[in-house]
Parts: sequence; C-alpha cells; structure tokens
Amino acid sequence: MRLSTDKLACVRGGRVIFSDLSFEVRGGESLVLLGRNGAGKTSLLRVLAGYLQPSDGRILFDGGDPEADLGEMCHFVGHQNGVKLHFSVEENLQFWAQYLSVGLSAEEEKARIERALDGFGLTDLVDMPAGFLSAGQKRRLCLARLLVAERPLWLLDEPTVSLDTASQSYVSTAVNDHVRGGGMVIAATHIELGLKAARVLELGAHAYGGREYGADYGSGERRN
Amino acid sequence: MSGFLTLIKRDIRLALREGGAVATALGFYLIVVAIMPLGLGPDLKLLGRIAPGVLWVALLLSALLSLDRIFMNDFEDGSLEIMALGPLPLELVVVAKSLAHWITTGIPLALAAPVLGLLLNLDGGAYGVLVLTTLIGTLGVSFIGAIGAALTLGLGRGGLLLSLLILPLYVPILIFGVSSIMSVITGPSTFAASFMILSAISLAAVVLTPWAAGAALRMQFR
Repeated sequence: MRLSTDKLACVRGGRVIFSDLSFEVRGGESLVLLGRNGAGKTSLLRVLAGYLQPSDGRILFDGGDPEADLGEMCHFVGHQNGVKLHFSVEENLQFWAQYLSVGLSAEEEKARIERALDGFGLTDLVDMPAGFLSAGQKRRLCLARLLVAERPLWLLDEPTVSLDTASQSYVSTAVNDHVRGGGMVIAATHIELGLKAARVLELGAHAYGGREYGADYGSGERRN
Repeated sequence: MSGFLTLIKRDIRLALREGGAVATALGFYLIVVAIMPLGLGPDLKLLGRIAPGVLWVALLLSALLSLDRIFMNDFEDGSLEIMALGPLPLELVVVAKSLAHWITTGIPLALAAPVLGLLLNLDGGAYGVLVLTTLIGTLGVSFIGAIGAALTLGLGRGGLLLSLLILPLYVPILIFGVSSIMSVITGPSTFAASFMILSAISLAAVVLTPWAAGAALRMQFR
C-alpha cells in the first residue's frame, strides 16, 4: 500500500498555502507534519481526505479496494469531535461502526466497540451520555472512532488536543499499533506523539510571507 | 443500504431525544391556526372557506422553522464531515436525512392538520383528503428544504436567507395542495388532477433535490 503526492498545491483565499509538495507514505509508515500556525497542515490533511480540491498536482493511492475512492480508505480526525451529546458513549460508537463499514456482523461490531472502548479507556463510561463527558473524554470518544471501522489511512489533525499526558499514551498506542499492522498515519501535531520510526515533513515556507520556494519539500524529510 | 437505514434511525432517535425542534414546529402550527379565528371573527362560513389555505400556509411556515435542523447540528459538531467519508455517497446522506426530517416533522404536522381543521370549521368531507395531501406535500417540503438548509449552513444565522430561498419553491406545493382540498369541498376541478400534480412535484423533489443539496454540502466542506 502506498500513498504519494505529485507536486501538490493548494491555494486558499488567493494565497498559496503550499505548492510543489511531493511525498510518499507506505504501509507501516507514519508521517508527522510540522509547521507553524497557518503553515498548511490542516489544509494538506483536508486535501488528502478529499474535502478540498488541490489547485494543482495529484494524489496517488496504490493498493486497497480499487472501487473505493481515497475518502473511503481514510479516517479523518479534525478539530471537531463528531460526538452526539444526546447519545451515550456506546451509542456514539455503535453508529459510527455501523455507518462506516459495510456488512458488519453483530458480533464483530460488538468486539470492535469493546476494543475501541478499551483502547481509549472509556469502558467505565460506556452508558454515560456524551453530554456529561469532559473535553478530554469527548476527544477520546472521537478518537475511539478510529478503532470501530478499519481504514488503512489515518489523517489526524492535532489528535491530542485537550488530552492530558496519560490520555496521550492511548493515542500513541493506537497509532503505533495501527502502523505496526501495516497501516499508514499522517498526523499534524506539535507535541511528541511517541511515534516509532516516524518521518517528519516540514511545511511552511509560504506561510512566512509567501516566498516562492519551488523546492521539493519531500527531499526535506528527515528521520525522527 | 445498511448505512442508509442506520442513518435514518439515528436521525429519528436524535430528533426524539433533542425534542425541541419537533415540538417547536408543532407548537407554532397550533398557535398560528388557533389565533386565526380570533383575528377573523366567528364567521363559520368564512372560516370554512379559507380553512384549506390557512392550514397549508401555516404548515409551510412551521416546516420552515425546523428546516435548518436537517444538517446544522451535524455540520457544527463535525459529524457531517465524517459522514462524507462513509461508504454512502453524499447524495444518499441527503436523502436519508431529508426522509428522517419528513418522518419527524412532516408526518406529525400532517397528523395535526385535521385536528386544527376542526378549529377552522373545515368541511366534513375534506379531512381524509387534508391528511393525504399534507402527507405527500410535506415530503416535497422536506426535500426541497434540504437544498436551502445545505446552502445556508456556513452562514450562522441563515434563517431569513433560508426562507427567502425556499418559500418561493414551495408555491407549487401550496397551490396544488390547497386546490386538491378545495376540489373536494367546492369543485369544480377534479381531485385526481390536482393531487397527481402535487404528488409529481413531491416525487420529483425526492429524485432531483439530493443532487443539488449534495453539491451544496461539498461546497461547505471547503
């Protein structure tokens, strides 16, 4: 499995956010996006998820279901949690499990929800209406979605927002397990996620006053 | 298909739990129709004559109140974005959510209509027709409304704009809804003609509006 971009560019509000961006992520690899506020981390993730159209360049994905488009291959965790406050923790996960995967059997669904609850330390809160959860617990419920439907590519935009140090370890465990299982993770984060063998992609030349860089950012990758 | 039914069930359950929106639409309908005789005086003949029109106009206004609920909550908490990554095309998400809106708002309004008809001295033979036309008419109301709801998502307070966009599109539903009830009370046109046109408008809306609303939603994600 391989995700690559070819000279990707994104223009928003008449300003070049990034351009000539080429990089590659293979199954079992993770990529950490770094850059100052406004460097285009979120924009890049949204382009990859298909919410934004790239103004130039291509995204290529090898492997996986050839029928599905990239959006159906990926999990996107953005700034908002997508948590329904009137549903309990379990009902929230149940909906995403049933909605995001096709033809899921009842036992499989139950097993996945249990694994997701366990993986993010929510087992004790299973019957709690999500409206009563703290911000960090809501974020964990949002991230538990990653485990109820199997998708090869995880796009995480600041996944650890409002999480304490103990809760951050849930995220790094889940992400490392996913990568070890052959999945791909692209995460924008400003804190150390504890990712093993993560590569780093620095964004941001354009954000500092729109200098035309023209360089291949992919060559700027370095081992973490 | 399973994702489609899952989504409808979830939306219905949410509407029941949140409660407010359905109750607001029904309450508004009740109040508008109930104060009408107070304003017009106790002339039963007059009330009976204008009853179909009043019932339909009030129904459209009440439905309008609840339209922004179709997408707004899911858009604000990010659920809609995640739904776009599901196996269901965005157009079918629109169909599921519009259907859920019809079930939770359109059907209760249609069932309330005959009760309110009593307040307006609606002709005895028209109650069955009233329920039938409002049931099929509200289907079109929900689906056409979905376009407006999707277009005004990012605007915050898009309520007025939503009404300006959508009310003109409701005019055909209003005309043929009222005329099919009138045909039973006074004639001269036949019921079948008006009712079939009303049904055609609603069914065409079911087929055509999801494309427009889906495109509007994609625009909102940018």
